[in-house]
Amino acid sequence: MSHSTAASPADGARHGLRIFLIWLPLAVAADLLIWFALYPHLPPGRMTDQAQGQQFDIAVMAMLAAPVLLFVWVYFAYALIVWRHRAGDDEDGPPIHGNTKIQATWITATAVIVLGLFVFGTVQLIVPAGAGAGEGPSPIWKPNTNNLLQVQVIGQEWAFTYRFPQFGGMESTQLVLPQGQQVEFHVTSLDVIHSFWPYQLGVKADANPGVDNVAYAKPQELGSFTVRCNELCGIWHGAMFNYGRVVTPAVFQAWARAIQARELRLGVLAALPRYALTYDPTVIPQLGRDLVKVAGITGANGYFYPSLFQSGDPGDPVSP
Amino acid sequence: MSVPVRVVTLLVAFAAVVVVAVFVVAHYLVGTLPTIDYAKAASGGQVNVVLQETPENNSSSKPDWVSYYVMKPGADPHVASSWVHTTLFSVPANTRVNMTILGYDGCTPPRNNFWMQVQGTTGGVMAFQQFKDTNQPKGPVHVTPTLNGWSHCAVGHTFAIPSLHLFVPVASPDASASLCSTAPCVSGPYAVEKFSFRTPDHGGDFRWQCFVPCGGGFIDGNGGPMQTLGYMAGQMTVVGS
Repeated sequence: MSHSTAASPADGARHGLRIFLIWLPLAVAADLLIWFALYPHLPPGRMTDQAQGQQFDIAVMAMLAAPVLLFVWVYFAYALIVWRHRAGDDEDGPPIHGNTKIQATWITATAVIVLGLFVFGTVQLIVPAGAGAGEGPSPIWKPNTNNLLQVQVIGQEWAFTYRFPQFGGMESTQLVLPQGQQVEFHVTSLDVIHSFWPYQLGVKADANPGVDNVAYAKPQELGSFTVRCNELCGIWHGAMFNYGRVVTPAVFQAWARAIQARELRLGVLAALPRYALTYDPTVIPQLGRDLVKVAGITGANGYFYPSLFQSGDPGDPVSP
Repeated sequence: MSVPVRVVTLLVAFAAVVVVAVFVVAHYLVGTLPTIDYAKAASGGQVNVVLQETPENNSSSKPDWVSYYVMKPGADPHVASSWVHTTLFSVPANTRVNMTILGYDGCTPPRNNFWMQVQGTTGGVMAFQQFKDTNQPKGPVHVTPTLNGWSHCAVGHTFAIPSLHLFVPVASPDASASLCSTAPCVSGPYAVEKFSFRTPDHGGDFRWQCFVPCGGGFIDGNGGPMQTLGYMAGQMTVVGS
């Protein structure tokens, strides 16, 4: 049996200081690296103010997590090297009877971190303007402007379409947004639950049938972004994506006016359901027709507008 | 039971599970749907693809589901053996596809009239003509950028390849017509629709589907045939050069 002496408090302090001195420069270096090198490249980028806010959140979280992670690694490595088992040393470690100072420090430090994250996270969840999340039909956190471009996002198996009520209610399969303009998304679905997720815009909002889910974003940078469905919605869920663009206001106006003019000319614009807070395709009062119930069709509760053919007028199928 | 016997039993049981799983995947998911090869039928940078949509189908399991069929290249559309109950077909890359769809199904009022626009075809239009029966035209040939599904019962389904921005409403015979009752349909009232589009210059798989919720008996009409390959959902394989 080998002979050894119990560890003294001075030994503990010495080890603690060593660990601290190893950890401190590593933690400072890691945080500097995150802030200056990693932060500008973190997802979701800076295409909108919401995306920029989320990027900041991720950077802050990473800067808080890195020192904790490094402390665990440094302590682990230190223990492996300094307190490793040596040949001929069969003695147990010294018993631990508690240490009020360490316990108090631990509880205080973790409480400060958790409460700090709680406050930070709560604030960041609501600024700016709901942080890009769907806020339901009556949003609480709104942008400080009334100059809003409304875009109704309509999910259905398996495509998104976009309606612009301020352009006569024109509809498109492409999402084009003007730079510098506050956008108000109204997200809904015609069938099952989808999720509107243009992640470079920092927006993610569920598309529920019959529900108007409002989210905000303000595009800041020109470029393209990807719109994905983020809710498993059927066999082609994985293919339910397309690409959008942030363009200059002049280009956006030209694009929107051109589509509006085309749909107006073709008669489609007049036949689209009137824009409403909840999207109901059977409500098209401008047609001046009464709804009928069609047997065997379960969609829209079976209600549709009657055909002129059924009223005895053969009509011309290509004319509005 | 000895250890070797236990090990062998375990291995045999594991192999049986694997074989069953492979069979299920191969048989039910990919094995029963043939792909009609239009890639070899192309010439002069063009290929003619012919589909039909019917109010029912000739399967044993789901005969009441609405369905698409694909015609064998160059076959006679008025002969039943020309048609294959599948929605998979292949075409060459960078080629003009001249699509013909025979619409034998009745009209369904569209949920969203936006889909009544012809989008992504050559010239932004399609041509169609309704027939009372084989070779008995009911009206003139229409060349049009829209098909009025909101105040005329003219639309049966749509043919859409979203990733190519191709969306085309498919004409139906009028609502009063007595529809074909034996699939694949070779007689009865129908509409012939033609349009063209260009395949991308690279190979790949492109899903296509109908956007008129036509799955009768399912919630919002979106289940059943709408979500099943071989019925109202399919895949176009573009073969790279």
